[in-house]
Amino acid sequence: MKLGLAIEELHRSENHLARVLLAVSDRHKADHEVFYVARDIAGWSQRHVTELARIGADFGVDLDPEPEGEPGILEKLQQATSDLLGRRPEPGLLLLADLRHVHREAAGVSLDWELLAQAAQGARKRELLGLAERCHPDTLRQMRWANAKLKESATQALVS
Amino acid sequence: MDSYLGDGLTEDDVDRWVQSATILHSNGDGLDIAVKDGRIVGVRGRAVDRVNHGRLGPKDLYGWQANHSPDRLTKPLIRRDGELVETDWDTAMDAVAGRARELLDERGPSSIAFYTTGQLFLEEYYTLGLIAHGGIGTNHVDGNTRLCTATAAAALKETFASDGQPGSYTDVDHADVIVLYGHNMAETQTVLWSRVLDRLAGPNPPQVICVDPRETPVARAATVHLAPRPGTNVMLMNALLHEIIGNGWIDRRYVEAHTVGFDELAKRVRDYPPEIAAEVCHVPVEQIREAARIIGQAERLLSTVLQGFYQSHQATAAAVQVNNVNVVRGMLGKPGCGILQMNGQPTAQNTREAGADGDLPAFRNWSNDSHIQDLARVWNVDPMDIPHYSPPTHIMQQLRYIEEGSIRFFYVTATNPAVSLPELRRIRSLLSQDRLFLVVQDIFLSETAQLADVVLPAATWGEKTGTFTNVDRTVHLSEKAVDPPGEARPDLDILIDFARRLDLRDKDGAPLVKWSDPEGAFEGWKACSKGRPCDYSGLSYDKLRGGSGIQWPVTEDAPDGTEHIYADGRFWAQPDYCESYGRDLVTGAPLDETEYKALNPTGRAVLKAAEYLPPHELISEEFPFQLITGRTLYHFHTRTKTARAPQLQAAAPEVWVEMSASDAADRGWAEGDLLAVTTPRGRVEAKLRVSGIRPGVLFLPFHYGYWDQPAGYEPDGHGRAANELTLTDWDPCSKQPIFKTAAANAVRLAAGDGPAAAPTTTGSRPVAGDVPPTRGGAAAEAVEELATGGAR
Repeated sequence: MKLGLAIEELHRSENHLARVLLAVSDRHKADHEVFYVARDIAGWSQRHVTELARIGADFGVDLDPEPEGEPGILEKLQQATSDLLGRRPEPGLLLLADLRHVHREAAGVSLDWELLAQAAQGARKRELLGLAERCHPDTLRQMRWANAKLKESATQALVS
Repeated sequence: MDSYLGDGLTEDDVDRWVQSATILHSNGDGLDIAVKDGRIVGVRGRAVDRVNHGRLGPKDLYGWQANHSPDRLTKPLIRRDGELVETDWDTAMDAVAGRARELLDERGPSSIAFYTTGQLFLEEYYTLGLIAHGGIGTNHVDGNTRLCTATAAAALKETFASDGQPGSYTDVDHADVIVLYGHNMAETQTVLWSRVLDRLAGPNPPQVICVDPRETPVARAATVHLAPRPGTNVMLMNALLHEIIGNGWIDRRYVEAHTVGFDELAKRVRDYPPEIAAEVCHVPVEQIREAARIIGQAERLLSTVLQGFYQSHQATAAAVQVNNVNVVRGMLGKPGCGILQMNGQPTAQNTREAGADGDLPAFRNWSNDSHIQDLARVWNVDPMDIPHYSPPTHIMQQLRYIEEGSIRFFYVTATNPAVSLPELRRIRSLLSQDRLFLVVQDIFLSETAQLADVVLPAATWGEKTGTFTNVDRTVHLSEKAVDPPGEARPDLDILIDFARRLDLRDKDGAPLVKWSDPEGAFEGWKACSKGRPCDYSGLSYDKLRGGSGIQWPVTEDAPDGTEHIYADGRFWAQPDYCESYGRDLVTGAPLDETEYKALNPTGRAVLKAAEYLPPHELISEEFPFQLITGRTLYHFHTRTKTARAPQLQAAAPEVWVEMSASDAADRGWAEGDLLAVTTPRGRVEAKLRVSGIRPGVLFLPFHYGYWDQPAGYEPDGHGRAANELTLTDWDPCSKQPIFKTAAANAVRLAAGDGPAAAPTTTGSRPVAGDVPPTRGGAAAEAVEELATGGAR
């Protein structure tokens, strides 16, 4: 069985998604809703990382339950830059690009959860299936957020 | 019946009485304006009115005096060489319309934004919405109702898929349990609170539950007072629902017949036992259980919600859980069973209804194409000309577009963002940009008006005619009693003039705005609202004259109005009819039509669960207090009117800061000491009032700005506006800014030379007994006439 591999891959992709969300948050500190919501929902991916590490042990994979790092110096610098650039129009376009990126990454994670859920069902791993059923809706919400925010931001960024 | 006449006059001196309603709070009390020699000389309550039965509050009795203030704006002003100078209407309006036209040609409609209020009349909002959405074609329209009532609307849209209050003030007369969530009714709606006090003093008094971190008059009257840590409302609500559902205190038949989402809600709140909430909210676990038991065993439950929830972290999620309590208990649509998601301003309901605040007129759904087509039919414009690619842009996002330079024209009516919005240093810097053309239409030279390029002098209440609607859907007519001062003009006239100068037309080339007076606008609105939830089609000015206000919907079938909506579990939530498909309570992402149809195909009430998230700004060693801002009984908003009424100004003349007795004792501080309160965003100096607030929390009233200070619109040395300190963050669902969870520090600058000038009759009541009480004195003697005869 390759369930361990699937868990490991998801652990990686959730860690990555959390980092992407935190980076987007840092780059758009002057867009306050993006700044705060991206951080809040990065927390979901971080929680998934911890839960995946916990269940990974049952499938023989040793994963770090601690989500990868909080923002460092570079990110703080990005926050400050975002504040300074707040008066310029370009951040609007950068935001669209970043939201598109979040959507793609979250879509990848969503597919990984589909894979894991299918495998768990096939292998009759009840606990693992339960984890997928609990976590996957969060990923869908992350995708929907990126999609909705993109739609809401597109017109002003592109038309004005 | 309460009345107050100035200048020592009596009723015999009054030339005539003119029908109106109250304008300095959201209760919507009927009153008559006394006129003598063409001047307003006083007011009296309308005994015939269903809302107040003749009673009035202090702001009503004395606030009208501001109309006569010598510093009213009486001529238009225009900025020349950096200074605002007087000009004539033609010059001012040509400048406004000219700049708008230039920008429309150069940069398109998305460079134009409107920010209005909760204090104009329905007719004015509807006309503004038509001009902005249907004529100019901008999506950037919002009201300061975003700061006071956006979460009320959002919460109703989440649960019932449409705005519209599922309660009536008469529920106070019948309820056996009244729960006030973050709602200091004794100060925000005094007449409604009197109605509660009547019940408490009469036979079979109701039990009252109060959720508030301050020891307000409501808290003092409550059976149970829960004082949670600011920012933890969702945690508390989930624990209450945990107990209610866990103990089976629910109406299972109602839930099965009329709701969707129960299983998910039940599952979610299983994770929130009172023990955890007690820890997080820092409230005794027995109190949570006791409150849940009282709510769970209520036979007629009335729930009311206000700023303690709306202006706090996770605003919509928390307010929705209040709806959930009433819905799972089946307590809706019958006497004593209601929800009042309150408003903060007198006409906020109309800002929402008429489409001047981030909604489309008559609760039309911006993401439903057939609703846009219908609105285009009413307005006789092309549907493509009404922007509906996203919900209308809320004020905080408008400010972001002003910041990055894509909005260049900002038209502000009857509100004062330079004092009322969060993080004032940022706001002032945005509004004073050279590239922004700022128009302010107001009755005084407010802090915001001082930053404007053009200032338009407006008429106010008593000087113009129109209608407005309170939170329990009661519509009142407010008639013109006297002429406005100088060249000041009604807001409606100014807006129509603006539309004419821009030459806005419908698709057949006729003028877009078809009316030229308030009654014409009202008739237009009736046609627009017909068949929608807020149906005014059965109303007319004549019908509103003489008697009581009337509750919408008013139709052919319900010619005398409707006391309870949502009777028998019938809602306005059908996918093709509803105003909103709902949003994600954490991310704010709107649901689309397909998702909503799958969730709620037959239009039931939606039980929406929410997870608790910690507040975004947490206390630290550097900033150990949680700062909440709020209001006091005697002032309204930024005091533009109330500070010009001597009795009100005397009752609360200067800003103060509240702290608990234990926090003060720990630091060796006392009543009246001068403190500096700081956050990463600014600093305010205020005298200390040691009050009944919970430990760890500071309270600052938000009313005090700078128009009566030397520098005029900004701090001169030290700040006194609470919003110097607040953070820029808002609820992703309702977009309401968060005023109640900033982390702050306080230091003592000097020992006191006397007590803080805070009222003693309110939530700021001092702990110490030696503070002189707030008294009106001879200048504030009003008359109360009892229905049984006699006066006092």
